[in-house]
This record gives sequence, structure tokens and C-alpha cells, in this order.
Amino acid sequence: MNRLVYGVIAAMGIAAAGLGGYGMAGGAGTLRLAWLVPLGGLELTLDPLGGLFLGLIGLAAAPASVYGMGDPDGGGRGRLAYAVFVASMCLVPLAANTMTFLIAWELMSLASYALVLHDRESEESVRAGWIYAVMTHAGLACLLAGMLLLGAEVGSQRFADWRAAAPALAPATRDLAFVLLALGFAGKAGVIPLHVWLPLAHPAAPSHVSALMSGVMIKLGIYGLLRVSLDWLGVGPPWWGATLLVAGAVSSVIGVLYALVEHDLKRLLAFHSIENIGIILLGIGSAALYRVAGLDALARLGLIAALYHTVNHAAFKALLFLGAGAVVHATGTRNMEAMGGLIKRMPWTAGCFLVGSAAIAALPPLNGFVSEWLTFLALFQNTRLDAVGQNLVFTLGIASLALTGGLAMACFVKAFGITFLALPRSDAAAGAHEASPPMRLAMLTLAAACVALGLGPTLVVPVFGSVAAAILKTPPSATGGDWLTLRVAGEFASLSTAAIAVALAASLLVPFAAFWILGAARRTRAYETWGCGRIVQTARMEYTATAFANPFKRVFDFFYRPSKRLDIEFHPESRFFVERIEYENPTRSIFDDWLYRPALELLQAAARAVGALQSGSANQYLAYILVALLLMLVLA
Amino acid sequence: MFRQLRTALRTGIATEPVAAAGEIERVGARLASEVARLFGRSLAIRQVDAGSCNGCELEITGLTGPHYDLERFGLRFVASPRHADCLLVTGPVTRNMAEALRRTWQATPDPKFVVAVGDCGRDGGLFRGSYAVVGGVADVVPVDAVIPGCPPSPAALLAGLLEAIGRPRR
Amino acid sequence: MIASLAVALVHIAVVGAGAPLLIGALGTLKARLVGRRGPSPWQPYADFRKLLAKEVVVSTTTSWVFRATPYLLVATSLVTALIVPVATVRPPLAFAGNIILLVYLFMLGTFFLALAGLDAGSAFGGMGSSREVAVAALAEPTVIVAVFALALRADTIDLGRIVERFGSEPHLALNPAHLLAFAAFFIVMLAETGRLPVDNPATHLELTMIHEAMVLEYSGRYLALVEWASAMKLFLFMTLLANLFVPWGLTEPTGPVAVLGGLLALAGKLSVLTLAVAVLETAVAKLRLFRVPELLAGSFALAFLSLMAVFLVR
Repeated sequence: MNRLVYGVIAAMGIAAAGLGGYGMAGGAGTLRLAWLVPLGGLELTLDPLGGLFLGLIGLAAAPASVYGMGDPDGGGRGRLAYAVFVASMCLVPLAANTMTFLIAWELMSLASYALVLHDRESEESVRAGWIYAVMTHAGLACLLAGMLLLGAEVGSQRFADWRAAAPALAPATRDLAFVLLALGFAGKAGVIPLHVWLPLAHPAAPSHVSALMSGVMIKLGIYGLLRVSLDWLGVGPPWWGATLLVAGAVSSVIGVLYALVEHDLKRLLAFHSIENIGIILLGIGSAALYRVAGLDALARLGLIAALYHTVNHAAFKALLFLGAGAVVHATGTRNMEAMGGLIKRMPWTAGCFLVGSAAIAALPPLNGFVSEWLTFLALFQNTRLDAVGQNLVFTLGIASLALTGGLAMACFVKAFGITFLALPRSDAAAGAHEASPPMRLAMLTLAAACVALGLGPTLVVPVFGSVAAAILKTPPSATGGDWLTLRVAGEFASLSTAAIAVALAASLLVPFAAFWILGAARRTRAYETWGCGRIVQTARMEYTATAFANPFKRVFDFFYRPSKRLDIEFHPESRFFVERIEYENPTRSIFDDWLYRPALELLQAAARAVGALQSGSANQYLAYILVALLLMLVLA
Repeated sequence: MFRQLRTALRTGIATEPVAAAGEIERVGARLASEVARLFGRSLAIRQVDAGSCNGCELEITGLTGPHYDLERFGLRFVASPRHADCLLVTGPVTRNMAEALRRTWQATPDPKFVVAVGDCGRDGGLFRGSYAVVGGVADVVPVDAVIPGCPPSPAALLAGLLEAIGRPRR
Repeated sequence: MIASLAVALVHIAVVGAGAPLLIGALGTLKARLVGRRGPSPWQPYADFRKLLAKEVVVSTTTSWVFRATPYLLVATSLVTALIVPVATVRPPLAFAGNIILLVYLFMLGTFFLALAGLDAGSAFGGMGSSREVAVAALAEPTVIVAVFALALRADTIDLGRIVERFGSEPHLALNPAHLLAFAAFFIVMLAETGRLPVDNPATHLELTMIHEAMVLEYSGRYLALVEWASAMKLFLFMTLLANLFVPWGLTEPTGPVAVLGGLLALAGKLSVLTLAVAVLETAVAKLRLFRVPELLAGSFALAFLSLMAVFLVR
């Protein structure tokens, strides 16, 4: 039964991907069912950007569903919710009016909420679900307000009408609509500081759902931001693009900083999603700013970089979550400090996870590197802009992108190294078994996608280029370069990952040739790790994840505000002998401390104040009704 | 910073020429063969303290200074036995250090040789017969050469090491 | 085609064979500056020769990552050698990428070396990995911003063309922004290649090691590869520093004479740089590990100032 349901969803995903491809290629179509829902009816339209995201959803849903087929603990319950989740996500990029969009959006949120509550017994899941529900509905409120405001101003609920009426909108309305809609979409995308739900909700859901939530659902927030900043509201003032850029810079650095100190494998991956959303926003922000200045080719470049990173992130994040799911299933824990040595027990999972780690760390010649390279190039070109203020913002973007690239590599050395390498740190890890064939197939497909997207940018960029041109309403330029090299902005820069890959492969042969020529010895002997001659060598002597993150905690301590907890149990006979030491070095989230806790306290204080109205006396309530009636009669 | 540089440049090279012959007791025939040929120009030494009084260590430390400068012959000290070609063992091997010494020897890749330093290294020296001491280094790992002395001077150590690898003196 | 293949071979030969000489010369200079006769500059070649004859002892705890890393390190160094303008302004793989590719190729090597350090399951290896990736992550923004400042002035981001532009228009290269970028890049070079004051390559105390701690488990031919890759990294960083900031002497690869001229110019510049590094290493003490981020932040500030100077002058 499981296999049937997931198989159908996978097939649906591939069909959606096909439809998306058709849309990207320029095919358009509309479906209208005015009677299905009130206030405008159901209206679906296929256009290039929508097609791209539809294709993304479909191509991510397929491996995730195949994984779900093979996953014994995650796959059983929640099949209906999963089907609704995937279907509603497919509808969002196709929606052409407010009602359709918001219904699809809400269905998506509810379905994912049900999936986050997958493990109903645990307090952690319940809390995660609660915070997720609150944040997503706060976002929905903003979206509703913004869309209704625009609808009222333009006089129609259809997005096509908004596009047409954009130049005639009053700037104040347009700015307000932008702020509301951007807040709503940014909350879904997980932009700092609206990110608090992400690291709680994504780990709580089963792995194939986390893969889709991180890989695709938050991209729908990006989809919304793209529509708002570049499509529905026309060409906006520069502060839109600057805000997006700064938000992107901040999110990327803060996301990876939080990921560095995480020991829960899935929460680490969730924080990385925040970081990558930041990188995508850098591309979108730069596109918006270039567009305002009239530099259409550069705006296209920024948008291509953002779209490429969206697709890449979906590929490697889904891969990493599926790998993490396999690991969690095999060891029964999400805590990295209890893992280790899995590379020998789960070689396929380890190999796929390594490809995903290298991709997310932006190492050449994989896909993460290509999209970060494109983002760098888009940011570098800010020299063509004349405003020094904008140059400064772009430079901030460059510096933060460089910093986040390095920190992401550090984080994934930790994630892969502690989880898979050296000796198992617990019995559960020692007894781990390899993932089942469907899970392995899903991971291998995504790993192949990462490699393909990395080696084939010359094939992918023209497609994204035409999508970008369609949104920005500029003619698509002939993209530079041939099948081997990608040329950007004329002669400014070029990239050829295929050449790099070939060069690396050829260079790997040089040491062997050198050994053969110089007559190197070929003997290898196996022995224990050098432990300074110690007699006992156990897993307790390995480096821990806490220790690995220590230099970062020290360097960024103004941000983490770490506290130390040291618990020493002495031997009852003598304080010179120690029986047990427990050391904890937790970090605090400044957003919780400075933003959410005060906001919640304010809300609760306000609620308490208003609660005075609820006296329980029927006479008082009758009086309220009388006053309200009189007021309405006066105002009407 | 500049004052230190000025002093260094003014002092010049302080390295002394090495003694004509080294006193070294060969224990096995291995040294005469491929080992010496292999390490004539480059020798990585890992010093192992198998329970010594540290007298020999102080003399060995002198080898890295400007006067004796073992690096001019291609010898150098390394931190990990994996990087080492020669184990320079000091001290009578105490019972607590015997296993550690054995593991260090196992961790060193072949081809390798062991030089025992001092009278302690040869047969336990001052501490021979003690309840805490196993004996000389040869009782724990195969020894190829011994540099006698209590402690041997850095000049003797250097000459002995060079003799071990068959280097012509300069 | 044949010409670029020949230039590629020259790059690989010069970088591959010249890197150990650079390390050896550095060692000799450092020794002379403290009054020792010191090893000969050709010592590293003897060391490599000897290492190739030794067996390899591999820990039972490790996996294929440990065994693959030395080869990958050498591969990334060699490919980087084809992107850096060593002897001419048209490096063979210049079309394949620019400074960003270079930085990330080095990070590929660091990534795997850090994994190999963790793979052995020893505390030293993990410590080395943790410190190394921290330093690498903090040094990356400086490299990119410093070269970006140069790229802005030269109006191109291709490394070879930057050298060409500055070489033919000296007035662009002689200004304070350039000097600031040079200082920033110099500090980052010391950090990335593990020289004093960031890391002491000759230390025996594991608690003071950064790069050395990760290679404690390597022996024999693997150790030779790792040391060679690390020497090539130093060579390439110094070449970048020399050729980007002192671009004279490099021309198009019009023939063997041009290439030879470029190599001679490079040799001269590298000699000066090696002397500077030797003097610096002799004069300063190693920084405490948790002071290194302050140093790197300082170098970033210099690079940032250099960039701002370019923007404000325009």
C-alpha cells in the first residue's frame, strides 16, 4: 500500500516536472474554474517562472517519494497529508489569482503542519508544530493583507491585472504592499529574523518530508519574493533591492553561524537552509537593484544566479536530508555526538552524503560552486552602479558571501567527519546498517543531479536566462560561451567546470606516474592510530562535535553568548579522584532573547489587559452589545 | 624585532665543525646495509623518553641549537613516529614505558632503526636491576646502535648519529 | 593548442619542481638568520626521495577518505597551478575560472585534509582539522575582497589580464589602495599556508599545531604527497602575491624567450618574498590561537579599506 501511494506521488512529481519544463520552454496555458471557489474562482496559469518552480517541485518530489517507499518509520503514517502537501505545492506556482494562491498556500501549510506533528508523543514535536503554525499563519495574515490591499487598489484579484496596473499604482500603496507581501513570503522562506520555526519544524518531520520542506517549500517563499519584487509591482525603488540584499547577507552569515554549533544533524541542515536562502536573496536583491538602474543584462545575471542556486539547493539539501534520515533511522538518534564510523557500515549513504556536503560547501566542480560563482559575479559587477551607498551594500554582500562559503565548508567538515568517520561513539552507531534500496536509489539520483548540474552549467544557464528574461521583460540575449565554457557579461569572466573536472582527474594520475618513475615503495601496513603509546584507544579519545565548533564559539562569542556548564562528580572517598565529568557549552539565540521573548511578553501583557473585558457578567455583555449597536448605527 | 635581527646578523654563523670520529657501538649488521644508504642525506628522528632522568634529553636539545646544528646534515626531529626513520631512545626502559615504547616502534614505518642513548639505554645504567626497570632498550625493541655516555655530549651524539647513517664528516 | 599545452607543462614543472626548493630556501634563510648553518636548500628533495622508499602505515580506524586525500591535495594544487599566472599572462586554464575558482579549489583541498584529520580518530587530528577550517574560513573574505579591489582597478577579473593591465599601465598599480591590498594579501598568505605568526611549521608540540596536526598520521609516500601539496600551495600563494602586485616581467606566451623571461622575473620576485617571509618568521613569535582571528579581521579591514579607496577615487 505504501509503495503504491508513494509510487503514484512520484509519478505525479515527474508529470509535474514535465509540465514545468514545458512552461519554461515558453509554453503557456490557462485553466479556469470560476465556480469552484468564491471570490474569483480557481485560476491556474503556466508561465516560465511558474514552470521552473513547478519543475523543481516535481523533480524533488520524485526522489523524496521513492525514499518514502523505503523508509519504514517515516513512511507509514501521514500518507494523505504528504499527498496533499505535494499537490498543493504544485498548485502554488500555477495560481493566477488571490484565492487560488492563498488556498493552495494554506493547504500546503496545514499539510506540512500535520506532517511535522508526525511524532505526536514527543513534546519537542508538539512545540515545533505549534511555533510553525503560529509563524506560518502570521505570514498568511501579512499575505492576506497585502493581496487584499493590492486587489482593492487595482480593482481585480488576478495577478495578470496587477502586472498591468503596476506602473499606475501610488508609491505609498506599492511600498506598503511590498512590505506586507515580502514579510509574509520571507517568513515562509526562513529569512532572519523570521526563521525561528525552521530549525524546529524541519527536524521534527520525517526525513523525506524535511527534504521537501527544506528543498522546495521554502523555495515557494522565494517564488513569492521574486513575484513581489520583480513581477507584480513593476520596477520599485532601490530600497527594495537593498533590503533584500542586506537581508540575504545577514541570513547567510547568521544561518551558517547557528549551524556550526548544532549537534542535532537535521537541525544543522535546517540552519543551512536559512544560509542558502540568504545566498539566493543576494542574487534577487542584486537583480532588483540592477533593474532599477536600467542594467538589464546584469539584472538577468543576478536572477540567473538566484534561480540556479534555488535549483541547486533543492538538489543538495534534499540529498542531505535523505542521507540524514538514513543515518537517523540506522542509529536511532539525531545527535551527532553519538555517531561515528558510519562510513564503513553505510558506504553508499556516506558516499552520497559526501557528494551533498561537497556540493553545499560550494566545492568545484559541483553545482553549489557554480551558483555561488554566478552570485559572486553578479555582486562584483556593482561597479557599474554609480551610487556609493549601493556599492557599499554590494560589498557587504560580497564579504558575507565569502565568509559564509568558508564557514559552510567548516560546518560540513564537522557534519560529515563526526557522523561518518573514525570510530563509532555509541553502540547504536556500531550496529548501524545500510539504507534500504529505495532510499539508496533516491539518494543516488539526487547525487547524480548535483554532479550533472555542476558539470553542465552551459546547458542550464541558457534555460534560466530565458526564464529570467521573461520575468524582467527584456529580450533574452544570446548567452556567451560554448558547450565547454560559460561566459558571463561579455568578456568579464568565464567558467568551465567540465575543464576543471577533467584537469582534476588527470592530475590525480600525476602522483601515480611520479611513484612509478621514481620507484616508490608500495608496501602498506595496518596498525592502530598513533595515540602517544597509550594502551587503551577508544572512541572516547576522538574529537567531539562540541570541541570542533569551539574555535568558532570563541571567535563569535558576542553573537553566540555561550555559557559553560561543568558538572563534576567526585569519588566519595577523596576529591582527588573524579568519577564523572559532564561539560556542556550551550549557545543562546539572540533572536529568542531580544526579539521573540519581548514580543511574546508584550502580547501576553496586552492580552491580560484586554482580558479585563471578559468579566463573565451577562449584564456587562448586554451593555457591550448595546454600545456596539449604537456605534454602528451612528457610523453607518 | 629589529634589535634581535641586528644581533643575529652581527653574531654570524655560530656552528662548530663536528668531531672527527664518533663513538658508537653497533649492535646489528643492519646499519651497514640499506638503512645507511637510504638515510644518508635525510633522517627523521623521533626521540622517545622511556623513563630517563632527562639528562640525555638536555644534551639532545643542544643538537638543535646553533653550535651543534644537526639540520645541516639533513637530520631533523619530528613529532610523530609515523614520520620517523630513527627512534632515539633515552632512559632505562621503565616498566610503565615498556608497552608505550613497543607501540611507538610498531607505529614507525619500515625501514627504521633504533639508537639507544646513554648508559641507561645500553643496559639500564645507574638504574640497572631496579624493580621499576625492564633493562636496556634492547630488552624491549630491537636496537641497532648505542651511543654510550652518562650523558653523552651533544658532539658525541651528533658524531654517533652521523656514524650510524654513514655520513662523511665535514 | 600545442603552445598552451607546452605552457601548461611549464607551469606544472615549475610549480611542482620549484615548490620544494622554495621551502628549502626558506629553511636555510631562517637558519642563517639565527646563526645556524642550517640545512641545504635542496634538503626537501632528499626528504621526498627518502619518504618514497618508506612503507605506509595506515590506521585501522581510517577509511578511503584518508587514503584518497593526498592524491586529491596534489590534484587541486596542480590544477590551481594552471590557473595562476606563473610565467605568462595567459595561464592555460584561465578560461576555466578566476580568483573565486582558485579560492574554492584550495578549499577543496582543505576540506579533504580536514576530513582526513578527523578520520584517524585521534584527538590531535580533530584539533588540527577544527583549527585549520576556522582559519581558512576567516581568511577567505580577505582574499576575495583584496583581489576584487585589484580587479576593480584593472577592470577585469581574469588573473592574467589583471597582471597584463597593471604591467602595461604602471600608474594604476602605484597607489595606496594597492599597498593596503598587498598587506592584506600578505597576512592571508601567512595564514592559509600555515607560516608564523599563525602556525609554526616546525613545532613538535601538538597543542600548538594547526596544519601539522592533521598530517600526524601520514607516512611514507602519502606524507610525501601531502608535504609536496603544501609546498605547492605556498609557492602558488607567493606567485600570486608577486605577480599580481608586481606585474612587470610577464608577457604573452609568444615563445620560449617570453616564458623564460617570465620565469626569471618570477624567480627574482620569489627570492625577495622568501627573504621577507624568513625575516618575519624569525622575528615574530607565534600568536595564541585565539588571537589569530583578530589578525585576520585586521587583514580584512585592510582589504576593505583598499576596496573603499578604489570606490571613492572613481
